[in-house]
Amino acid sequence: MASAKPAALVIGAGIAGIQAALDLADAGFPVYLVEREPSVGGRMSQLDKTFPTLDCSSCILTPKMVDVGQHPNIELMTYSEVVAVEGEVGSFHVTIKKKPRYVEEDLCKGCGACAEACRMHGRVIDTFNQGLGKRAAIYVPFPQAVPLVYTIDPNACIYLTRGVCGKTFKCKDACPADAINFDQKEQFVEVDVAAIIVATGFDLIDPRTKPEFGYGVYPNVLTGLEFERLSSASGPTAGKILLNGKEPKDVVFIHCVGSRDPHTGVPYCSRICCMYTAKHAHLVRDKLPDARITVFYIDMRAFGKGYEEFYDRVKHEGVIYRRGEPSEVFKRGDKLVVRADDTLLRRTVEVEADLVVLATAVVPRADTEAVARLLGLERTPDGFFKEAHPKHCPVESTRPGVFLAGCCQGPKDIPDTVAQGKAAAAAAMGVLHQAMGNG
Amino acid sequence: MQADIQELAKELGLGLDLLGCIQCGKCTGGCPVSITTALNVRFLVYEALVDALPDLGGMEELWDCTCCFTCVERCPKDVRPAELIISLRSQLVESGKIPGTIGDALMSIFRQGNPLGFAREDRAAWAEGLGIKSAREGCEVLWFVGCVPSYDMRSQAVAKAAAKVFQAAGVDFGILGTEETCCGNEVRRVGEMGLFEMLVEEGKPLLESVGAPTMVTTSPHCFNTFKHEYNLEGMEVLHYTQFLARLIEEGKLTFSGKVERVVTYHDPCFLGKQNHVFDEPRAVLQAIPGVKFVEMDRIRERSLCCEGGGGRMWFEGTNTEERLAFQRVHEAAETGAEVLAVACPFCMSMLEDAVKVQGLEDRLKVMDILELVAEAM
Ligand SMILES: Cc1cc2nc3c(=O)[nH]c(=O)nc-3n(C[C@H](O)[C@H](O)[C@H](O)COP(=O)(O)OP(=O)(O)OC[C@H]3O[C@@H](n4cnc5c(N)ncnc54)[C@H](O)[C@@H]3O)c2cc1C
Ligand code: SF4
Ligand code: SF4
Ligand code: SF4
Ligand code: SF4
Repeated sequence: MASAKPAALVIGAGIAGIQAALDLADAGFPVYLVEREPSVGGRMSQLDKTFPTLDCSSCILTPKMVDVGQHPNIELMTYSEVVAVEGEVGSFHVTIKKKPRYVEEDLCKGCGACAEACRMHGRVIDTFNQGLGKRAAIYVPFPQAVPLVYTIDPNACIYLTRGVCGKTFKCKDACPADAINFDQKEQFVEVDVAAIIVATGFDLIDPRTKPEFGYGVYPNVLTGLEFERLSSASGPTAGKILLNGKEPKDVVFIHCVGSRDPHTGVPYCSRICCMYTAKHAHLVRDKLPDARITVFYIDMRAFGKGYEEFYDRVKHEGVIYRRGEPSEVFKRGDKLVVRADDTLLRRTVEVEADLVVLATAVVPRADTEAVARLLGLERTPDGFFKEAHPKHCPVESTRPGVFLAGCCQGPKDIPDTVAQGKAAAAAAMGVLHQAMGNG
Repeated sequence: MQADIQELAKELGLGLDLLGCIQCGKCTGGCPVSITTALNVRFLVYEALVDALPDLGGMEELWDCTCCFTCVERCPKDVRPAELIISLRSQLVESGKIPGTIGDALMSIFRQGNPLGFAREDRAAWAEGLGIKSAREGCEVLWFVGCVPSYDMRSQAVAKAAAKVFQAAGVDFGILGTEETCCGNEVRRVGEMGLFEMLVEEGKPLLESVGAPTMVTTSPHCFNTFKHEYNLEGMEVLHYTQFLARLIEEGKLTFSGKVERVVTYHDPCFLGKQNHVFDEPRAVLQAIPGVKFVEMDRIRERSLCCEGGGGRMWFEGTNTEERLAFQRVHEAAETGAEVLAVACPFCMSMLEDAVKVQGLEDRLKVMDILELVAEAM
């Protein structure tokens, strides 16, 4: 790295971590950006368009991803995890585990010849596409991945699970750069940093915890994130809204699935789903002009800049908003039926649907407790990382020198996530400056 | 807000929380009778909260509630809306404004210990000559037979099947005979809290005095109230499907015969939705040699209520045309099943009636799981 200044560690390379890393690096500080997936980008890389402006998500994200990949002050460590943190503010000693990709990063050209040739081609569940498509055992999660380096999935690869894959390695034979190396082992890298930013993001609740909606029973009941992949030009249907090859005529969206419900462990409002559902309704209208679109809601929360206006626009596009949280989804003939108390009509209604989309609750990452223990962080009762003070220290964690950015601190949309990423970077710079004075 | 209703509910030991309601509508949206009747429990909660309830006497739909507790299960805020209905019913009971048929059932329970109008002395008549001992002699398992299986002809066949199955599995069981008295599950749900208290006061010491570590009930309704509302000491309460599943797992219940039929299963609300016993009845059915088990669409947490609970056995309801049991038997028939298996005497009665009214008798037979098990012994 070019700079001799004290360094920072950023954990998680979603939009929050990317933004924080770029701001620190632009200010001249060296940054180790650690991401556990093969590519940076986080949830935002899975989105189609973004509310309320309808920018294409990858169009605004990809340039930033490319920047973190090329910035002279950023050492990007993907497919890596932080395993130990010692020391204190100003002088943390951090151990990072680099998982074996079985592909040499500096040799791989990203051509994909290996994936085409792989014996598992088209047979491995594609998690980036939320399971809606299939990929090979050797893969990049999406075409704009940074770094554009293939990775072998150790749980799917025939050789890695069974010790032998046919007579010869199809992947190795196909690779023009001789980049595939099954001898790669885990590596541990130790670095010294003065400040740490945690930007590990969020998970979504499993809608099977609300069995009344029939998710997992009916293939045409999807989550919002699955809908993003269905609608995305880079998704499994190339952006066409098709279920089993057919366009849905009746589409029903259901708000607050698992949110605002202490029984599911989510007593809070997830903050983003009112708006992303409005966006989804718009996308359906855009792609299927004749579809009947119904959104069932409890309370409409459209509080950001341009948000109420976006809600107005979507309603005028012929999306019908009905007040009442559906209680049940079942089947009648070849249609789904969504049953709800239309609380304004004061009558229970049954609305037919070919596609039901559930706006599932934003929840802390499954490994939040492990990360909290690793870094000595506290959590708020909702499970997210606790800020030092909810009003005047919103990006400081309860441990000096460790900062929080994005959805790991609580549900938020992209504008708030980016703002928090920038704020965390600014707060970390204070610590870095001080460390510079001491060193 | 109608402070007295909230207060009253508290006094009755109900967990109703009017102030927690966000008017989301999940309660009514899932309420099985909300489409076919005027009952809208979400709106009632609001009316109670803002002190705008109309004259209760005119609200016949209050008696439409089956106490399936779908609303309670689905409510995200623990408002327990059905308990508002129970509170309101208790007010109507106090003032004597209740449907005559419900009044008759309550009076019969008070006098004879059963809602069906039969004499207490005849309660164990069905068991004569079957070699069933009195629980008083001491037993490992106290079998609580229940009112309907004791007196109703159709359900007596189920009770006899149960006796046969328990005997074949070598279970050391006994019954209370003429001492057995209505559990009061529906009594509480129609709002007759005084009578319910009396039943608990007399029933709890009686049941405990047997000294059996386990009680098994035929009906999910008895199971529900004994488990949650009697606070029985030193006694585990099981529904028979749980008990049979356990016997099968322990290898104590084995089959020598076969039931070569296609069978589907209807989840009773008091067993399924309210007590989350979904797997055991299915495990028992699937253990029966020859049974081809098929599922309907609306099952488990999404099961459709048969409308037999909450006092509806004694009250026709305000909509006699569109019965949910009618829908249910058609759904069962559409699966291709020859047998619609039930695990509750009320479901048996509602669904068997529906099969007749809908003219499905030559296609679909309603049988209790116990009868299928007995047939395969
Ligand atoms: C269906 C849906 C639609 C949405 N639509 C919009 C929209 O239109 N407009 C809008 O403004 N917002 C939208 N959002 C919200 C948006 O996705 C979030 O605001 C944003 O992704 C949050 O970014 P983040 O960096 O905090 O978290 P994430 O995107 O979750 O990124 C966290 C990163 O950290 C990594 N990570 C996690 N744990 C570790 C670890 N222990 N070690 C290393 N790395 C780790 C993850 O792999 C991930 O790359 C939508 C959300 C959903 C679910
Ligand atoms: S070893 Fe076989 S399964 Fe594994 S990546 Fe190569 S071709 Fe695919
Ligand atoms: S943002 Fe809207 S949909 Fe999401 S939990 Fe809050 S109220 Fe429900
Ligand atoms: S489900 Fe609960 S919170 Fe929602 S309207 Fe009904 S009682 Fe109120
Ligand atoms: S208990 Fe069942 S029938 Fe009664 S109001 Fe609730 S959902 Fe409706």
